[in-house]
Amino acid sequence: MNKYETVFILTPVLSDDQMKETVEKFKKVLTDNGGNIENEENWGLRKLAYPIENKNTGFYTLIEFEGEPTIVGKLETAFRRDEKVIRFLTFRLDKYAAEYAIKRRAVRKAKQEERAAQEAAAEAAPAAVVEEAPAVVEAPVAEANEETKE
Amino acid sequence: MAQEQQRPYNQGEIRYLTPLSVDTRKKKYCRFKRSGIKYIDYKDPEFLKKFLNEQGKILPRRITGTSLKFQRRVAKAVKRARHLALLPYVTDLMK
Repeated sequence: MNKYETVFILTPVLSDDQMKETVEKFKKVLTDNGGNIENEENWGLRKLAYPIENKNTGFYTLIEFEGEPTIVGKLETAFRRDEKVIRFLTFRLDKYAAEYAIKRRAVRKAKQEERAAQEAAAEAAPAAVVEEAPAVVEAPVAEANEETKE
Repeated sequence: MAQEQQRPYNQGEIRYLTPLSVDTRKKKYCRFKRSGIKYIDYKDPEFLKKFLNEQGKILPRRITGTSLKFQRRVAKAVKRARHLALLPYVTDLMK
């Protein structure tokens, strides 16, 4: 069993659903051939450094997987047969690359969690404001009532 | 007196008004060895741009000071990045 990494670029003409479907299709090719998907990253729509097939952008997807060497051939055949894929690159990770990949995954995860925490905080903050707001509203009313009593 | 004044001139000795700064260029070093980077990531084009000139060509070792081992890895990473259109093959004024 070797560790591999593959990056492929899909045409930008696809809708989000179509893109996800295509990614799922390639993941299925991997799992059907005894591969074990370790990590998947969607880099989204990125600008290409030079035009490929007259397109200036593309959806990048990175998949790290583990499997027997024969799996690479099968995956690449699937890439070649699919005209939605405009570029792909697959290679075996050596020990340094594998170490780096694990570290990179951890860093990305930490960043994501941080972002999620920030978003949660951002959501919590307006909620707190909402909670405070009625209290502020109530106070003048109470005062107003007192004034009317007088 | 006249002889003493002439002597330096006759010897062809060159005298400078300010002490001559001997060319003390900083020694080049391999940044990967120094900072302990073992793997060069092709997915980070901004980092790889440090090893390219303005036309997007890979800079030689004699300029960057990278060791041979890491120069090979830099070259590989740059070529992978180019294949995936993260870096251009040819360009002008990249930086």
